Amino acid sequence: MANILLSDAEKTFILHGVEEDFRCDGRTRRDYRPMELETGIVSHASGSARLRLANTDILVGIKTEIDVPSPYNIDKGKIEFFIDCSANATPEFEGRGGEELAQEISDTLAKSYQSGQAFDLRKLCILPGQQCWKLYVDILILECGGNLFDAVSLAVKAALFNTKIPRVTAALMDGGNVDLSLSDDPYDCNRIEINQIPILVTVCKIGDSCVVDPSAEEEQCSAASVVVGVSQRDNKSFLTNIHMCGVGSFHQETLESSVELGLSAAEKLDEELLIALKLEEERFGKYGKKEIFGFLR
Amino acid sequence: MSTNVKFRLASDRVNTQILTGDRIPRLYTPGEVVTAQQSFMRGHGTYVEDDDIKASVAGVMEQVNKLISIKPLKSRYVGEIGDVVVARITEVQQKRWKVDTNSRLDSVLLLSSVNLPGGELRRRSAEDEQMMRKYLQEGDLISAEVQNIYDDGSLSLYTRSLKYGKLSQGILVKVFPSLIKRRKTHFHNLPCGVSIILGNNGFIWISPTSTSESENDGGFTQNLSEVIPRADREVIARLRNCILALAQCKMMLYDTSILYAFEESIKYEVHELLNQEAIFDVAFLTQHRLRLQEI
Repeated sequence: MANILLSDAEKTFILHGVEEDFRCDGRTRRDYRPMELETGIVSHASGSARLRLANTDILVGIKTEIDVPSPYNIDKGKIEFFIDCSANATPEFEGRGGEELAQEISDTLAKSYQSGQAFDLRKLCILPGQQCWKLYVDILILECGGNLFDAVSLAVKAALFNTKIPRVTAALMDGGNVDLSLSDDPYDCNRIEINQIPILVTVCKIGDSCVVDPSAEEEQCSAASVVVGVSQRDNKSFLTNIHMCGVGSFHQETLESSVELGLSAAEKLDEELLIALKLEEERFGKYGKKEIFGFLR
Repeated sequence: MSTNVKFRLASDRVNTQILTGDRIPRLYTPGEVVTAQQSFMRGHGTYVEDDDIKASVAGVMEQVNKLISIKPLKSRYVGEIGDVVVARITEVQQKRWKVDTNSRLDSVLLLSSVNLPGGELRRRSAEDEQMMRKYLQEGDLISAEVQNIYDDGSLSLYTRSLKYGKLSQGILVKVFPSLIKRRKTHFHNLPCGVSIILGNNGFIWISPTSTSESENDGGFTQNLSEVIPRADREVIARLRNCILALAQCKMMLYDTSILYAFEESIKYEVHELLNQEAIFDVAFLTQHRLRLQEI
């Protein structure tokens, strides 16, 4: 999304590579670059994750707070996304430069989480009409190497997996006020069910073909891309949202095939993400203190 | 055909420091006292405070007789006259192009420092000035040489030689400028059928070796209709991944190291070279071969 300059010859080279199904780094059109994942990286957040996809670097922190449910959805909790595009990522983001992009990503995320079957907000309710949990999902983009949507959604999903909501032991009604008592044990907490949480897949149209996981250079060559939000349920993929970016347009057939490509990629992504998260949990125990690797290498 | 996805946990991160072995030099951090003795002279990357020489950048010390300087690990490109650079045009101005060379300030390429198409030798006229965007436009990549350094540190480039000029199809790889080893020549035609230009500024250009020798156009043509065959493309992609692998392991880049890495990487598929394990393996084997050669 960050605008980088490319010469016509470089664009031609990338374009021909995509047509050939052999991209600049040797991947095929359906391949993702290797990713690195770490959860529980921010010690004072309820849940956190860092995902690095080649040069794209995303840090997500989740904070929980007690709030009053909205009068229209008395039995539902709340979730709010906020994205900050750090000026470290690209000088363009300085000041208010990244706001438009941040808004676009958070809107797309919020829309794909809207469906009750994708993310069940009722689980976040404590006392209908009185008290509920509100999740603040804060996303920090530290570096831009293309494919922000996918990386952000994967990092958010990993952070939600890592989120620990304190257990409510008793709720007393005292007149009109609710008095909640929370468990004192920091390890006594609820987890969020993440199996159905949607992920976003960007399918980028370069020339006449579509690719997943475009690098920053490839994004520059594409006129239009479609972001699909995909939620898994009963071993089936469901679309929760489709968002188009860019100035170009899609032919009906291309759109159909790219949505299909997005769905199949999402299925694989989801599967691998769950395996990685479970592996990490197995290795470090559910709540045990783990060594944080973070940004040092 | 299915999607290749791979998640690696941070705890499985490959430690590339094993490569350096026991030869880790002493690192200085900014503000750290390098020497308290009075008899030394302060060089680049240092400052004097309370009669001590302190480091102003993070890096390793270099001493030439009485002169102490700190060479930063990561820095922007600091140009020297005669360096070969690969650069990108960012702006077309009056009688000059603004060029991005990865240095702190934009460099300039004067209209009088380029060869005119056709190799004509004459004064640049007003028509030439109006044609500037036809020669080089924003985004175009060039190879050039540093002609002059201005007082503020910005560079003036020139392309008045047939080996310099506009670059056609290929891949640009960006690495730290300090990783490029200074050699006699920075243009290499590798035996695998690919040419590379190792810019001193950390920009590396990989392109198929051109077969058509129509050199009297002054290097302003880009053949956009030419499709690079699959075999060449694979070699280019493999070289790109090899160079990035060496750069990630902080190994010096020059023709021999790149060629060795290329040869050691043959056992992997090109896309496998994006994985940490393969990167480390290739860098390790390359370093081993380089050390054997040293002895």
